[in-house]
Parts: sequence; structure tokens; C-alpha cells
Amino acid sequence: MPIAPLPNLLAALPEIFLAVAAMALLILGVFQGEARAAKEVSWLSVVVLVVAIFMVGAQNGVRHVTLAGMFITDGYSIFAKILVLIGSAFSLILSIRYNERENISRFEFPVLVLLSTTGMLMMISANDLLALYLGLELQSLALYIVASFDRDSARSSEAGLKYFVLGALASGMMLFGISMIYGFAGSTGFDTLAAHLGGQATPSAGLVVGIVFLIVGMAFKISAVPFHMWTPDVYEGAPTPVTAFFSVAPKIAAMALFVRVMVGPFHTLLFEWRQVIWAIAVASMILGALAAINQRNIKRLMAYSSIGHMGYALIGLAAGNAIGVRGVLIYLAIYLFMNVGTFAVILSMRRGGKMVEGIEDLAGLSRTQPAMALALGIFMFSLAGIPPMAGFFAKLYVFMAAIDSGLNVLAVIGVVTSVVSAYYYVRIVKLMYFDEPAAGGAFDRHIGVEVNAVLMVASIIIMFFFLYPAPVVAGAEAASAALFPG
Amino acid sequence: MSSWPLLSLVTFLPLLGVALILILRGDEAATTRNARWIALWTSLVVMALSFVLWADFDTNSANFQFVEQGVWLPGLHIAYHMGIDGISLFFVLLSTILTPICVVASWTAITRRVKEYMIAFLVLETFMVGIFCALDFIIFYMFFEGVLIPMFLIIGVWGHGRRVYAAFKFFLYTLLGSVVMLLAILAIYFQTGTTDIVTALNHNFPPALQTWLWLAFFASFAVKVPMWPVHTWLPDAHVEAPTAGSVILAGILLKLGGYGFIRFSLPMLPDASALFAPLIYTLSVVAIIYTSLVALAQQDMKKLIAYSSVAHMGFVTIGIFTGTPEGMQGAMIQMLSHGIVSAALFLCVGVVYDRLHTLEIARYGGLVHNMPKYAFVFMLFTLASMGLPGTSGFVGEFLSMIGAFKINTWVAFLGTTGTILSACYMLYLYRRIIFGTITHDDLRAMLDLNRREVAIFAPMIAIVLWMGIYPSSFLHPMQPAITHIIQHIEAARQTAPDTSLASR
Repeated sequence: MPIAPLPNLLAALPEIFLAVAAMALLILGVFQGEARAAKEVSWLSVVVLVVAIFMVGAQNGVRHVTLAGMFITDGYSIFAKILVLIGSAFSLILSIRYNERENISRFEFPVLVLLSTTGMLMMISANDLLALYLGLELQSLALYIVASFDRDSARSSEAGLKYFVLGALASGMMLFGISMIYGFAGSTGFDTLAAHLGGQATPSAGLVVGIVFLIVGMAFKISAVPFHMWTPDVYEGAPTPVTAFFSVAPKIAAMALFVRVMVGPFHTLLFEWRQVIWAIAVASMILGALAAINQRNIKRLMAYSSIGHMGYALIGLAAGNAIGVRGVLIYLAIYLFMNVGTFAVILSMRRGGKMVEGIEDLAGLSRTQPAMALALGIFMFSLAGIPPMAGFFAKLYVFMAAIDSGLNVLAVIGVVTSVVSAYYYVRIVKLMYFDEPAAGGAFDRHIGVEVNAVLMVASIIIMFFFLYPAPVVAGAEAASAALFPG
Repeated sequence: MSSWPLLSLVTFLPLLGVALILILRGDEAATTRNARWIALWTSLVVMALSFVLWADFDTNSANFQFVEQGVWLPGLHIAYHMGIDGISLFFVLLSTILTPICVVASWTAITRRVKEYMIAFLVLETFMVGIFCALDFIIFYMFFEGVLIPMFLIIGVWGHGRRVYAAFKFFLYTLLGSVVMLLAILAIYFQTGTTDIVTALNHNFPPALQTWLWLAFFASFAVKVPMWPVHTWLPDAHVEAPTAGSVILAGILLKLGGYGFIRFSLPMLPDASALFAPLIYTLSVVAIIYTSLVALAQQDMKKLIAYSSVAHMGFVTIGIFTGTPEGMQGAMIQMLSHGIVSAALFLCVGVVYDRLHTLEIARYGGLVHNMPKYAFVFMLFTLASMGLPGTSGFVGEFLSMIGAFKINTWVAFLGTTGTILSACYMLYLYRRIIFGTITHDDLRAMLDLNRREVAIFAPMIAIVLWMGIYPSSFLHPMQPAITHIIQHIEAARQTAPDTSLASR
């Protein structure tokens, strides 16, 4: 009996490393006991993530397909994976002190984050609808648990449950879509699908229905309208570091996967799926702009903000070409740092040892903590897309893609909603700078060295991105070129 | 030309001052004092450097000078490209002259959070100079929108009563206008393959695209000018802003619209400009007459001057879109003159506001008795605002009306009524504040201009008279650039039928 040759595992080394490290850390945590292990395992997980960043970075950008065509690494996957790993690492760093203060410090938390990150990397590298689904589920199952990680809090449990029920529904729809695609196209592999669909003149209706269901599942994961319902509640209910994590890593991974699926196997059906993407992009931008205006809770506000931002990123996908994908990747990279920075500030909003989450609590911050107010001001102007902050460049590149592809209406709606959303971002600046300090007085000092460091790094990157944008832009350019060979 | 990157130096030197202020340590009083002095010295050095620009400027060339080019986003043909011609030169000078004046004017008026205030003004100076020097659309746009951030904070933090409302209105209004321009810039990028302004200026855009591009630019610049009916943010912003904020608003920010029209809309989109010229004339005439009448009815000093600004900028937009040398020169002089005169008028208001803390006209009266120096200064700028011969206002309005007369006599006729109306509301304002008898004791106690205030007004008076008596020193350097634009328009008009035939 011939032995099947071992597949080339080198390409999947970062994923394998993460999975093994997660298990090893789990064992370490069990042996050390809960009380002592949490902090140690957290920092070790950060180290693991940093090592994984270097492992991903060490891969060359050459297209590599392995594991029977299920798994792909190319320039695109490298860029997206690095973003996800950075997002996870920052979220973990932010979580350590918070979890200790809230008495929810357990070593399982970093392990779950590592496992979910493994799932995200698998999503990004998926080259088959089944690999896609497996990665997505690995990611999601870990996320459901971390959402309800503060298990004594009703809000957190509710958030986890809500996320789980709606997530399961979306997964079901996605599976249904995958089965439709398999039934009508005869394959689940991206390469086979692309070759098969490339030769067809008109796609069958069943295939289009399958794609739509697939899009529904993906739209749920990036919380695009009309599949966004879970986002505000989960953002508000989950512990704040978890919210920070949710707002970056899974979104980036799902968006990267979304882009790969759409412009990979289904690229020839661009004109069919573009309308769907167009509609959800418009709906997300409008809802993100309008619904956030009346929010009083900063985490809910950031939830709607992230819905809007996914709408902008989708503009790049709707363009459906290399310029569009470049726009999406630049958007995600900048979005990552804006959100991590903003959540670092939100995590520092503590008064008398307790978290406060109302945006009114930020009033007069420029008097009590000028440095933090300046940082949050930078993030807010950046989220609003005001130059010279990085957020402007994020929007610039997606609008560039829209104009290039003739999606003028989409671009106009995009700029108008960005003005509307500027209102609520700028209102936070107004609270910090125009208003008198809030009744409760200053926030607690000693927000932690590591939180300060994250805040510094993020604000410097966002503020001074314009000085040297070339690395991100060139990286995104190379990554998007990988999806459009020739 | 010197080998120094003079333009970048003028643009970014204020940021050095910002850095110095940021590292200030020590007790409150000391940092406050040091912040003021650092801001003053930085802005004075920048002003001196900008005079070097003027001295080294080749007044016979229509080309961009002091050009600097650097790689920024190489793959995308977006570059760091700076340069000035005769049109931008004077706006750079206007910005660098007004900034130290603002710093001095705020010396005692601003007592709260002085460090941040000075930082905001220095950042604002960088952005303003940058706008006029930028020769790449993306760089231009960054400066153009970046202005909103410091101005929003200046109005909101150091403003008066309804400052939050005014700051938001200013921010969102102007943002909405400029984002539409961003899309036009991107459309130009895909049409020409670069965001370089010089390339775009020499590119022939198809007429259909010109129309859309023109409207997009119009959305942005009309709000900035501001043209009727999108002027409503201006009175609010002016009334609530601190004195120096009003000075910058009236002196520089209103000029961004006019500068945009003369730099981009007219030379780059000549067909569309010709098509839409009647629209501009109509809106401008409405602005001149309507806002003059509104100004007549104001009870608030700053509001009155704000409305008068809208009327005066009406002459600018008429002058630019006549496409005649006289009209464009008139528009340029009118912008420079208004930049100094309205800034000075706001400073005059600031002088009495600092003493009495009210903007209500009815609270004043009879100031000539105890503030003769002030009455003289105020009178001079009142007359300049009305366009009295011998002052800068006359040159601007006269030339732009000549331009209008060559194109359309009705526009000229209706526009000229604005000069009469401006005499009405300005003299009426002057009479109510300066003449009459002193009715309140607190008015009697008000002191005349101190030395600091005299130092602010003296250079402005000199400029106004210089521009009015010998305008050639200003007209001469801008002459080649304006001639170049007009030749460019003529050339485009002659080739236009050919291209449209060829495309059929």
C-alpha cells in the first residue's frame, strides 16, 4: 500500500505554530493553577503572536497551494495575516490589566484568543469553500466564548448568547450557500471554480443564489447592514478588551476572506455580485452614519462606527479590481490602528476603580488628561477622515477605486455619509475640548505602561502616516497584485 | 534663486514653534508668557522669510517659482510638489503677515489655555501657507481640509456664547463642500494619470466632464467664499469666534474659495467656466445686494462686518469669472484688500470688545470723545471697506467692475449698487459707535488704543494706503500669471470646436 506523500506543511507553519502554542499554553496554565498563570500565559501569548508575525513575514510572496488545494499562501495572505496578528496582539496587551481589575483574569482567555486567531489565519489562507468554513467556525467558536467571558455579568452572557445564536444562523446560511454552489458548479475548490466559471457565458440562477447566501454569511461576520443587528449589543455587553478584539481582528480576517472569495473564484460574476455588495455598502455607510448620532455609550458608538467603516471598505470590494483590493487592504490597515488606539482610550476610562462608558464622561478631558485627549482627538479626526490623519488616506484609496470603476454614485454616497458621521466623531472632540470637566472629575491615573505604549504607538502611526505612507501602500499594492495575476 | 527649500521652510517653520511650545515646562504663568513669545517670534521669522520670497520673486515670469519636488507616493504619481506664481505669492504674504498680527492681538485677550491657542494658530499658519504653495492636488487637499481642525478648535474653545453651534456649523458645512471636491480630484487623477496641478492645468478635459468637475469644485469653493445662499455659516462663525479667529476667517479662509476659482476652475475648466459664468454673476449680484441690505439691519458689530464680507466677496467672484485681465486683477486686489481691511475691522471690533465685552452696537456711541486715535483708525478702515479712492478697496472694486462692464453692463450696474450700499451700512455703523454723546459711564472710562494696539494697526494702515495709492507693486508681479491664464483660456476656446468635431 503506497503511503500518501506528506503535504508541504511549511506554508502552514504559522498556523501550526499558533495551534501548538495555544495547546502548550493551555497545559502550562492548567499546571500552574489559575491564580498565577493568567498574566504569564497572556504575555507568552503576545510573544507567540509576535513570533507568528515574523514567521508570516518570513514567507515570500510566491503563490503556494498545499494540503490538497485547500490552503494557499501568497502576498495577499501575508499582508492580511500580519494585520490580524497585530490586532490580536494589541488586544491581548490591552486585556491583561483590565481582566485583573475586573476579576476575570483567567489563563483561558489568551488561549482562546490564540485559537481564534489561528482560525482567522486559516480563513485568510482558505482556497476551498470547506477550508473557508472550517476556519470561520474555529474563529467563531472561540469568539462566542470570549464574548461571554465575564460570566458573572448578565450583559456579557447575553452578548455571548446573542452572538452565538445569530452567528450560528449565519453559518447555517453560509453552509447552505456553499452546498448550492457545489451543486451547481460541481466543486468547492477556488481554483476549480474559477476555471469552471471562467468558461461559462451566463451563470445558472442556482449558483447566483448560492453566492448570495455566501455573501450573507460573510456580511454577518463583518457586520454589514442588514446583518449588523448583533454588533451594538455584543460590543456593549462584551468586556471592553474583547470588544477591542472584535472590532479589529475578526473583522479584518472576514473582510480579507470576503475579498478573496469574491475576486477569486467568482471574479467572472463581478456584475452579478457587485449589485449586492453595492447595496450592503450603501446601507452600512448610511446606518453607520445615522445610528451612531444618538448613542450615549461609547462602545455602542464604536459599534455603529465600525459598521460604517466596513461599508467604506466594501466600496473597494465593489470595485472588484486590483485598485479596489488595494483600497480595502489600506483601509483595514489604518482602521486597525485607529480602533486599537480608540479602545486603548476607552479602556482607560475608569473612575473610582470602575469603568465608565458614557461619552459624557469624556467631557473636559483636555483639562484633566491632555495627552489622552490629544490622542483620542487624533483618532476621532482620523475616523472622520480629516486630513492629514491616516483615516483620510484610507478613504482616499477606496474612493479612488470607486471613481476608477465608474461607481460614482457609490462614491458620492460615501463622501456624504462621511460628513454625516464626522458629526459624531467631532462631537467627542467637542466634549473633550469645549466642555467643562465632567462631574466625577478626572479618570484614574496609572492606566498601565502597556496601555500607554499601545496608545502612543497607535496615535503616532495615525498622526504621522502621511509622512511615510509608502510601506503600507506598497505592501497593499503587492498584496492585491497577488490576487490578480497577469 | 537660493538653494534653500524656501517654500517648505515658510510652510513648515511654524511647526517648529509648535514643537517648542509643546516642550515648555514650568509653572502656568511662565509657560503662558513663553508660549506667547515663541509664537510671536516664530511667526515673525516666517514673515521675514516670506519677504525673502517676494524679494527673490521673478516678476516677469508666469511660471511657478521656488519649485520643490519630492517623491511621496511614487507608484501613484502623487508627489510632494510645491511652487508659487504671482497669484499665490500674495496670499502667502497675507497669511504670514496676519498670523503675527493675530498673535499680538490675542496677547491679553486670551488668558485661558494660551499654550494650546498659540499651537492652534501656528498649525493654522502651516496649513494656510501650504494651501497656496501646493502644486499637487492631494497635498493641496490635505492642507485645505486640515485647516478645519485648528479653526474648529479656535472657535469652539475660545469662542463666545453659541460657540459649539457655530463651530459645528462651520466644520460640517465646509467639510461637505470639500469632500465633493475630493471626488473631482480623483476623477482628474484618472483622467490625467497624476495629481500634479501643473499637468492638470495644461490638460484639455472633455466638455462633459468639465461640467461635473466644475460643479464639484464649485461646491467646495462657493462655501468657502462664501457665496449666497451657502454663506450662512459665516455670520455665526464670525460672531462666536475670538477676535483673532475672525481675523483669520475673514483674512485668509474666505480667500481660499476665490483662490480655488482663479487657480483651478477658470484655467483648468474654461468651457465649463464660460457655461456657468451667468450663474456666478447672478449669485454674486444677489449676494452683493441682499447681504448689503442684511448688513444694514444688524444689531451686532461682528455680524454686520461678516455680512459685508459676503457682499465684498461678490465682487471677487464677478471679477474672476469675467475672464478679463481687469476683472481678474481687480478680484485679486479685492481679495488682498479685503483680507487686510476686514481683518482690521474685526480687530477694531476686538479693541472695544476687550474693554466692554459686548458686540451690541446700541451699547456703544460717542467713542470719538475719549478714544480719538481709535476713531481715526476705525474711520480709515471704514472708508477702505467702502472703497474710497486712495484706499485698497477702491482699486479692487473699480477694476473688477471694469471687467464686468466689458462683459455685461447689467452685472456692472447692479454690482455698483453694492458700493453705495456698503457706504450706507459702514457709515451707519461708524456713526452709531463713534459719534453721538456718551451715554454710559463705562464707555466714558474706556481707554484709547495702547501701544500694542497701535503696533497692530500701523502696518495694516500702511498696506491699505500703499495698495490704494500705488497698486502697481502688487499688480505687476501677478500680471504674467493672469496673462498666462487668459491666454490659456483663449487657446482652449479656439481648440474646443476642433476637439468636439474630432470626437464625433
